[in-house]
Amino acid sequence: MKITGLKTEGKRRIFQIAAALGFNLDFLSPLKGNISQARTKGLCLPALNCYSCPAAIGACPVGALQNSLNSLRYNLAAGQKKLGLYVMGSIALMGTIGGRLPCGWLCPFGLLQELVYKIPLPKIRIPAFLTYFRYIVLVFLVWLLPLLVMDASGLGWPWFCKWVCPAGTLEAGLILSGLDPGIRAQLGYLFAWKLGLLVIFLAWMSVSMRPFCRTVCPLGTMLGFFNRVSAFRMKVDLERCIVCDACQKICPVSIRIYENPDSSQCIRCLKCEQVCPTSCLSHGFSLSATGAGQTTRIRP
Amino acid sequence: MIKKRRILFFAFLLVSVVFIVLGLLAGEFRVVWQKAVTVCLECIGIG
Repeated sequence: MKITGLKTEGKRRIFQIAAALGFNLDFLSPLKGNISQARTKGLCLPALNCYSCPAAIGACPVGALQNSLNSLRYNLAAGQKKLGLYVMGSIALMGTIGGRLPCGWLCPFGLLQELVYKIPLPKIRIPAFLTYFRYIVLVFLVWLLPLLVMDASGLGWPWFCKWVCPAGTLEAGLILSGLDPGIRAQLGYLFAWKLGLLVIFLAWMSVSMRPFCRTVCPLGTMLGFFNRVSAFRMKVDLERCIVCDACQKICPVSIRIYENPDSSQCIRCLKCEQVCPTSCLSHGFSLSATGAGQTTRIRP
Repeated sequence: MIKKRRILFFAFLLVSVVFIVLGLLAGEFRVVWQKAVTVCLECIGIG
């Protein structure tokens, strides 16, 4: 690996740690046994960071989106025009600017997965078909079920948060149950289910790179749709690419960036750029880059 | 290709900003905040 590569990877780690701390900056609230009441919690963070984490100072966009959808019909019936546009617009704005850049550089749960992967164990590749599961999670657990299934009061549930999200279990469930005996007394089968899922994901993280991002994460899936139009983009100089696949070997999501620089799976971590022997990969905030998307001109 | 991307970028940027502004005017910032400062029982696994 080149020295410049090490610098970029070091910078990325600093960004990840700074974001994990910055998104959970209210260190006093856990000491008081409460969750943060910061005014900034109305802002959607560009990361999967549970807003019930006691120190969180922003809202999780996936949780906020589900809560907008599960109260949509109730609000309309009550004559309130709260359609969830603020949350949808916030997610779209993140995607339009950076695509999945926040996944690679800001997400605390992404950082956790990368750190756990460093445990020296035999590594396993994730089968490609499992990556399509994330679309099912997004469509059903984040959009349709919160929107369509509701209780007698006319309100629905945040299905993804309730049944799947391991970030919520880790950042909120475990911490709050440790801090609050009242919460601890209420834990039952649902917590056991979510804790089991968290343990499974932690085990999977130790043998596969970013399994949650690749197979489940609804935020990454939504931001991935914007990789094709985002201002931040990867660029490939197809004339210099020798198709050595060094990029794919180091890629945390195992994609061939030279085939599709706008792949919805690309988390913009820039590891590929660091190992490319011909330096044919680059990146930047630009709408006039050359090379990107010209996949048919790659030499065999 | 690049021209199409540029058009799509500005279209999505415009839609994003319009959605955010309309949401803010409808008071959705407060709705998100109210939910975020309340312990989410679903998130922590109580239900």
